[in-house]
Amino acid sequence: MAPPEAAAAQSAPPGPDGPGDPAAPPAPVLEAVGVSKRFPGVVALDDVSFTLRAGEIHALVGENGAGKSTLIKILTGVHRPDEGELRLGGEPVAFHRPHEAQQAGISTIYQEVNLVPLMSVARNIFLGREPRTRLGLVDFRRMHRETAELLGGFGITADPRRPLHTLGIGTQQMVALARAVSVRARVVVMDEPTSSLEPREVETLFRVTGDLHARGISLVYVSHRMDELYRICDRVTVLRDGRLVHTGDLADTDRVRLVSMMLGRELARVRKEAAEGHDDGRTPAAEPVLTATGLSRRHLLDDIGLDLRPGEVLGLGGLLGSGRTETAKALAGALPLDGGEITVGGRRLRRISSAAAIRAGISLLPEDRKAEGIVPGLSVRENIVLAALPRLSRFGFISRRKQDRVVDIFMKRLRIKAAGPEQKVGELSGGNQQKVLLARWLCLEPRVLLLDEPTRGIDVGAKAEVQTLIDELAAEGLAVLLISSELEELVEGADRIVVLRAGSVAGELTGDDVTEGGLLTVLAETAPDAVPQPAPEAGDPPDAPAQAEAEAEAEDAPGAEGEPDGVPDPRKEDPR
Amino acid sequence: MTSFALPRGLDRPRLADALQRYGVYAAVLALLVFNGIFTDHFLTADNLRTQLVQVSPVVIVALGMALVIGTEGVDLSVGSTMALSGALLPLYLGYGLLPSLLVALLAGVVVGLVNGSLVSLVGLQPIVATLALFVGGRGLALVIADGQLKQIENTDLLSLGTDSVLGIPVVVLIAGVLAAMVAGLVQRTTFGRQLVAVGGNRRAAALAGLPVRRVLIGVYVICGVLASLAGVLATARLTASDPSSLGNLMELSAITAVVVGGTPLTGGSVRVLGTVFGALLMQLLHATLVTHDLHDSTAQMVQAGIILVAVYVARERRAR
Repeated sequence: MAPPEAAAAQSAPPGPDGPGDPAAPPAPVLEAVGVSKRFPGVVALDDVSFTLRAGEIHALVGENGAGKSTLIKILTGVHRPDEGELRLGGEPVAFHRPHEAQQAGISTIYQEVNLVPLMSVARNIFLGREPRTRLGLVDFRRMHRETAELLGGFGITADPRRPLHTLGIGTQQMVALARAVSVRARVVVMDEPTSSLEPREVETLFRVTGDLHARGISLVYVSHRMDELYRICDRVTVLRDGRLVHTGDLADTDRVRLVSMMLGRELARVRKEAAEGHDDGRTPAAEPVLTATGLSRRHLLDDIGLDLRPGEVLGLGGLLGSGRTETAKALAGALPLDGGEITVGGRRLRRISSAAAIRAGISLLPEDRKAEGIVPGLSVRENIVLAALPRLSRFGFISRRKQDRVVDIFMKRLRIKAAGPEQKVGELSGGNQQKVLLARWLCLEPRVLLLDEPTRGIDVGAKAEVQTLIDELAAEGLAVLLISSELEELVEGADRIVVLRAGSVAGELTGDDVTEGGLLTVLAETAPDAVPQPAPEAGDPPDAPAQAEAEAEAEDAPGAEGEPDGVPDPRKEDPR
Repeated sequence: MTSFALPRGLDRPRLADALQRYGVYAAVLALLVFNGIFTDHFLTADNLRTQLVQVSPVVIVALGMALVIGTEGVDLSVGSTMALSGALLPLYLGYGLLPSLLVALLAGVVVGLVNGSLVSLVGLQPIVATLALFVGGRGLALVIADGQLKQIENTDLLSLGTDSVLGIPVVVLIAGVLAAMVAGLVQRTTFGRQLVAVGGNRRAAALAGLPVRRVLIGVYVICGVLASLAGVLATARLTASDPSSLGNLMELSAITAVVVGGTPLTGGSVRVLGTVFGALLMQLLHATLVTHDLHDSTAQMVQAGIILVAVYVARERRAR
């Protein structure tokens, strides 16, 4: 299932010698042995061991809360383990600060580039260790020369004097890499480096990682994109819920198995359950209440289309970063779009905004309850009526009587456990906060309810209540979109599942196909356009032209990717 | 977490909570009791009236400031807005009190629109957005007034500063009515509740379809209008329009009143009565120290101490 040339690309560097190789594996360069880390209320890592061998590219994967970032932070000296130890080249080490890890040759490249945007490229690369002239002043000439040489080595031509922020994100990431290499890193940790890159920038990145690999530098590579992992990584470590699930050669691990390990579902069990039927007696209407077509947003969504019928629960599946949350936000008018249209009840939304979507009857229960949902300092009552305030007011004056009636109805119906309607929402448990938010949306009497991880972080009892409620609401004729990272919840809750991958629709499961096995299979499939074609088959997929063009360009002028002028950088118009 | 023993049921966070909620009232009461015992002629109608008249402009400005701070913002331009309205006032007095009053208040509306737009549409941080008019507003006022102090001879305007109704000065009455109106605005209107929600969690408010931009602009406009009204009243009391000094450091007095009154700088809550008492506390404290022959500079340092306590209490409470 791995892309055909993955093996070819990896054969040049000395690293992987194939799974069954009798030779002893290369010595470990960085090890974490039995590491545990607790934060108040959570065990982020529980007795996890991780071994990074010299010269390998090691994939680190896991869903939200798996402990990836905690492990990375321990490896790079941001956190100190509560138990267990770190070994660098076989010797136990303890990093007290990130700086010490850097000194020891461990560099990190974060998702968001951690350089100084207003400083020049050269200054960024030499930050904190600038070459000096005899007078003790910064030797700019040498700095610029060495920077140009260094970047040239990666096939990037960027003016070392240019302020970093004027370069494209991809080029900035190359600069970060160049810095990592120039400080003589032995280990480079890359946390989702490709999440904000254009396809051709990804190609450049992979060329550079291949180059690092060839120099014997070890890489820890965190990504959710299966294709990338199978293309460049030698070994893989899977974490789940803070525990080590699997470590091994990537070539020995097929995709479905990898995905099922990440999500915590055993294949055998999944297959058995699939045999059991799936029937909940709902009959969705034939006509969709909501239709979305061509939803696009740079880097996030690519031509997403779906429709929702009254009385059905549509599941939205996909791995982390596949664009599920973004799709829900787009439907709720909360994500500025580059293109696409949304029709509700036959009427097209002209202006896409939260207010317009809410008026049209679309409600979104956001994923991040604390940051985007509750107003912690306000009471249960005020949180429930927040969106409905204008409807519960006359001439701008609120009516307590109307509010109390609505609040009473929903506190009873959803069984919200609070000292009373005047208790502050910030003091409630997660499950009750979630119910308060559900009440906020239900009191608007929506036609479409978008639920983004409605049961995350709430206790088992509340979870079952919320799941039952979702079923009831659909039975009452509401159209529900359900996002969940839990396969079981998704498969059991949804009548139909649309699977997303890398911001576009990868497949749809209907009827008897709505099983965990079916979902896993689609999740693990190869994304056709993520595999670079040796000869671009122009015009094959419907939206190929731009893609093919980018690839063609990448092949024609391999040295030019890094050139800032070559990147038209529409990101500047990006409102983020 | 407590580092020292406290009576049961009164741990540190709860103590901090109570202090932030009721501390300001207790402090005002304590000051009045102290003065009743140790200061001659303090608790007399005359003296109290004087104190109230002096504090009224601060209260009016602080009411607007409380609303702005409730949205997680701050308005540094209030002092300059006072100067601006004070400078515009004499220009139109020839047409009578009402037209010139309207022009002065219009200046407040314009200042608020500029501030609000910079914050909500352009997305500047409030402290930077309002700094522009903090500097520019006073400059403009000086240009309008030609840098001159102008005597006010309009009797209608002067009577605003000196008249009393039933023994209560008009200025104090206006401040009291405005405080009641702002309290009603916050507690009883959709705008008021939306304002608090925007301050409490702006992303959640936006996702709930609240008109976040309109609310923010509205808040800065109200603050600007209140500041310009305070400018008019202060000018009437001074019997002269003095754009170079009118409202100097007013932004700091107003912020102090709001913070001491228990409104958190992190937004999401507006304490109107607390703000009024915060202003009163600072005024009474100053008067007490001055009547006890302590120098002005000592009074300022004590005020600084009070502010530190108020901020510390707020921080302690949030750290829960």
